[in-house]
Amino acid sequence: MASLKDLRNRIASVKATQKITKAMQMVAAAKLRRAQTAAEAARPYAERMESVLANLASGVTGSGPALLTGNGKADTHLLVVATAERGLCGGFNTSIVRLAREKALALQAEGKTVKILCIGKKGYDQLRRQFEKQIVDLIDLRSVRQIGFENADPIGKKIIAMFEQGEFDVATLFYSKFRSVILQIPTAQQLIPAEIPGERAVSSAAYEYEPGQDEILATLLPRNISVQIFRALLENAASEQGARMSAMDNATRNAGDMIKKQTTIYNRTRQAMITKELIEIISGAEAL
Amino acid sequence: MATFHFELVSPEKLLFSGEVEAVVVPGIEGQFTVMKDHAPVMTVLKAGIIEVQETTTKTNKLFVRGGFADVAAGGLTLLAEQAMPLEQFDAAQLAQEIKNAEEDLADARTEEAIKAAAEKLDQLRELKSAIAA
Repeated sequence: MASLKDLRNRIASVKATQKITKAMQMVAAAKLRRAQTAAEAARPYAERMESVLANLASGVTGSGPALLTGNGKADTHLLVVATAERGLCGGFNTSIVRLAREKALALQAEGKTVKILCIGKKGYDQLRRQFEKQIVDLIDLRSVRQIGFENADPIGKKIIAMFEQGEFDVATLFYSKFRSVILQIPTAQQLIPAEIPGERAVSSAAYEYEPGQDEILATLLPRNISVQIFRALLENAASEQGARMSAMDNATRNAGDMIKKQTTIYNRTRQAMITKELIEIISGAEAL
Repeated sequence: MATFHFELVSPEKLLFSGEVEAVVVPGIEGQFTVMKDHAPVMTVLKAGIIEVQETTTKTNKLFVRGGFADVAAGGLTLLAEQAMPLEQFDAAQLAQEIKNAEEDLADARTEEAIKAAAEKLDQLRELKSAIAA
């Protein structure tokens, strides 16, 4: 049986851990609020973009730009996996990676080529074990404290450049949608060819375009990809903090339970020792 | 004067949303003013100044860099890549940036780099003249 001193030490160390997890939870809560505001602030732009794009795309007849209609093939798939740079956030990274891995394996089973672009170190670490050869690049955002559009734009440009060089045919983005602190939904979203949500029946006939409809579409589509990535990164940032917050909340509660249990054992042991000593004294006195 | 709905959004946030009387938009093929019941137009934006006339006496000026303008029945929506109120620009800082851009242009070797640098310089000069005005 553990001695009293061992028990005391154990309780002290659990208490120290609890303090750390509690602090991490509070930091995550503060960061979450900021990330959430940023995600909400970015929403109008993405929504407007979508409606403008839907409006334009509905007017496209025949063969549109390759970014919209694809290049006619679906042999090589690029999976863009956006994860966090840090761990200790519950199943956040794992669930995104799991979704991406399933997709990659399914595609490989169909005989397609898979390429993977990682945004964030954690996803890279997990995917490296299985898909070392397929990973084309890792984009590190560790030094970025608050994600701005200027972080997302180069990623979008890079993907488009790869597409234009014919390195892949279809691009899919994996990230986690933020619903609430306890619910984040890992999501796969197709980037190229662009998915236009619910085309609206807007009479685009009366529209005037400067310079031309095709030129506008040609500038808007690359922008749209950067915007989608930007939005995904913001959603991811909020999800990460949400996941970390609930993970740390759980850890703090577990530590509390453990302290309670250990304290009970400690007290029992202490009382047992006192009783034993008393018995020894009394029986010693009786023997005289 | 009649008003219409105007929204200015950048990727980071919604900068302006409300009723205005007129907006001067720097389109790629020339500036134009949007007022109530303007015909539907969609255009690419040039870097420049937008003038937002909220009431006859109150006019806001903002600098936008790249993006789109969408005039529809519901009003005008500007999707700007970057937007900033003119008051936030510091003349001294701007002068420094112009100087840097000039040096970039002188250093540029490839055709692409020269084009990019010249474009940036143009934007900055336009901005400077707008502030001075």
